Amino acid sequence: MTRLEMATRIKDNLSQMMSIEVKLPTGSDNVIHLETAKENLPAIVGYLYKEQGCQLVQMLGNDEREICGSFRVYLVFVHDGAGLILILRTAIAPEDLVYPSVTPVIPAAHWYEREIRDLYGLEPKGHPELRRLAVHKDWPKQYYPLRRDFPLKKKVPRSEGKFKFIPVEGEGVMQIPVGPIHAGIIEPGHFRFSAVGENVLHLEARFFYTHRGMEKLAEGKTPQEGLLIAERLCGACSFSHSLAYCLALEKLTGTAVSERVDYIRTLGMELERLYNHIGDVGNICAGIGFAFGTMQGARLKEKMQQLNETVFGSRFLRGINTPGGVRRDLDSDQLSLILQTLSQVEGEFRELTEILLASESYMNRVQGTGLLRHDLASDLHAVGPAARASGVDRDLRRDHPYAAYAKLAFRVPVLSEGDVLARVKLRIEETFESMGIIRQVLARMPEGKLKVALKPMPPYAYAVGMTESARGENVHFIMAGQDGRIFRHMVRSASYCNWPVVPSTVPGNVVPDFPLINKSFELCYACMDR
Amino acid sequence: MIKLFRKSLNTGIVTTSYPDKPDIPIEGYRGLPEREADKCMLCGRCSEVCQTEAISVNAKTDMAWSLDPKRCLFCGYCVEACPKGALKMSLIYELAERAAATQAPGSSVEAASAVKQVLGRSIHIRHLDSGSCNACEWEMTTLTGPVYDIQRLGFNFVASPRHADLLMVTGPVTRNLEIAVKKTYSATPAPKIVVAVGTCACSGGICGQSYASAGGVNQILPVDIYIPGCPPRPQALIHGLLQAMEPKR
Repeated sequence: MTRLEMATRIKDNLSQMMSIEVKLPTGSDNVIHLETAKENLPAIVGYLYKEQGCQLVQMLGNDEREICGSFRVYLVFVHDGAGLILILRTAIAPEDLVYPSVTPVIPAAHWYEREIRDLYGLEPKGHPELRRLAVHKDWPKQYYPLRRDFPLKKKVPRSEGKFKFIPVEGEGVMQIPVGPIHAGIIEPGHFRFSAVGENVLHLEARFFYTHRGMEKLAEGKTPQEGLLIAERLCGACSFSHSLAYCLALEKLTGTAVSERVDYIRTLGMELERLYNHIGDVGNICAGIGFAFGTMQGARLKEKMQQLNETVFGSRFLRGINTPGGVRRDLDSDQLSLILQTLSQVEGEFRELTEILLASESYMNRVQGTGLLRHDLASDLHAVGPAARASGVDRDLRRDHPYAAYAKLAFRVPVLSEGDVLARVKLRIEETFESMGIIRQVLARMPEGKLKVALKPMPPYAYAVGMTESARGENVHFIMAGQDGRIFRHMVRSASYCNWPVVPSTVPGNVVPDFPLINKSFELCYACMDR
Repeated sequence: MIKLFRKSLNTGIVTTSYPDKPDIPIEGYRGLPEREADKCMLCGRCSEVCQTEAISVNAKTDMAWSLDPKRCLFCGYCVEACPKGALKMSLIYELAERAAATQAPGSSVEAASAVKQVLGRSIHIRHLDSGSCNACEWEMTTLTGPVYDIQRLGFNFVASPRHADLLMVTGPVTRNLEIAVKKTYSATPAPKIVVAVGTCACSGGICGQSYASAGGVNQILPVDIYIPGCPPRPQALIHGLLQAMEPKR
């Protein structure tokens, strides 16, 4: 079925069910815009998710009282087979801030609805677990930081409050609190283990310690200014976030970039994946005290980061993407340096992983540990290598290609075991695929303009940009304001989808396996907390 | 097992000779912006595009043009905005600086002297994330790897603030971490040294001051050494740590 046929079918079916406004895509566009009354949300979401197999990839609130007198909630779906993006929105009047929760229909909405409640004060009626998420226990009621009338620099007093952990009781059950400040050089989060001896019965996690107000900061910024924010949402995903941001703006304005830009961006995406995956495969060894693997991995990762600096001037690939193009070009010397480094790292990485997978003590720890079941991964919309290691066959590079991916040949590895070992193996396979992609990019590197001016942003137009980072899909939603500035920028990182599934993979394992399981997901806190 | 040993032996020594030998990045690296005063006409375009107010231009004062590295994101927007080509991104990255005044008794210079006297340069470091983007963390982790191996210089990362002489703080101090930051500081025995790592920690950086961010570590704790960078190169971190251990001002 073609994209337009699919879109038309969705329109026809929905129009029979309810009163709904549907704008079909025109030309080469792939976005369906839908608007309906809030009462219809569960029905329409159920149709898209259960009958059409659409995936919910983002959900956000927006304070549009100055535009239309209401708040709005946006839900972004994708249909992988047809390559469609569906953006559904509904108005929520300030007099009645309650809307029907869609979480009972589509479990992946659970965090979004809690976050929207914390940041905008919109109440999802029927949500099964309405605890706070994005604001902490000492945040007073009636302060909603993402409402437009809440000033960025407002000093909010601390109030009394308690975060409720789900109680686990019984003989011999003890609680082990860990964090937010951890023992290693890592990001902050709080973990609450309920254990009997070493065996974990239940694990809960508390996040949003690194909430820096990044989305609020982006309001009123020009596209160029906002880029610096997007790039600093996360260290290890700098490139994939800055690219998703640029893609959203280019889509919003209808700006087409040159083929050379597409290829340079693809190169950046894969270089980012490489230093992440190689570093992660090494660092997972730190979870079992296997110093040989940790150090060899760190050495190869360092080689890749040094390559990043030599070629692009930044170990984290910052300062390359810009709305309308890229800020760095490559000459033939740089291309051959990349090839040379790749073949060296490829050989060494292969050698390293062969040694790891042949080591009995290593295999003993990783096999069967930290199982992520396929149904859970699928229901909660887990993404990236973690989901693919549990049999979820999705990858934006193939299913919703951006930059130059549609022109390149590569395989999307999928495994079904769902344990630490599967997540390691998947990264190993992806590493080699990634090197193959880079070789194609370098062989073909077309000529073209490095940058075009971003066309003006139509007031209150909105668009979505998506990239597949080393951790999975990143989705950026941007709405333009009236004055060529950003009205709303919502960032849904891969880690936002995967953190909720991590605690469920721990019960049944022993406490000392947690660092290992955690490292096998290797998620960010910063781009989730924002 | 034999393969493992063979691989380790074949790998050889990979550790850098920094800081004994300088390590200057290749052309194209974005170090501290530098100005050619002759070409500059003090038009102020660079400071207009600077998101973090790192550049101030005031033709009427002695310091007609100045740049605070602690605020710099090293984004290069100023260089691109300059109509006269008076600015360029230099290769300078060793930007650690000592706080202007000794802020608290038992810290800074005093601490460095005391620690150095007793321990030589054997320093235990505790990392404290106050809301960083994770780039600074990755560079600090790299310090413990085979290439930078800071244990060879006497530095050692420890798992608890109670074991530490020095706190390396990253991030602008978010509201949700402020209490944890204060608790970690007070759990660290005196004398203690606080190092603000990265532009967010040095000045708030891109996060600035907001409902969610204090706008830099010195808003919450007395800072002794600032290491600017977004993020700082691993070599810049080593440079900063060595500065912290230098009792002379």
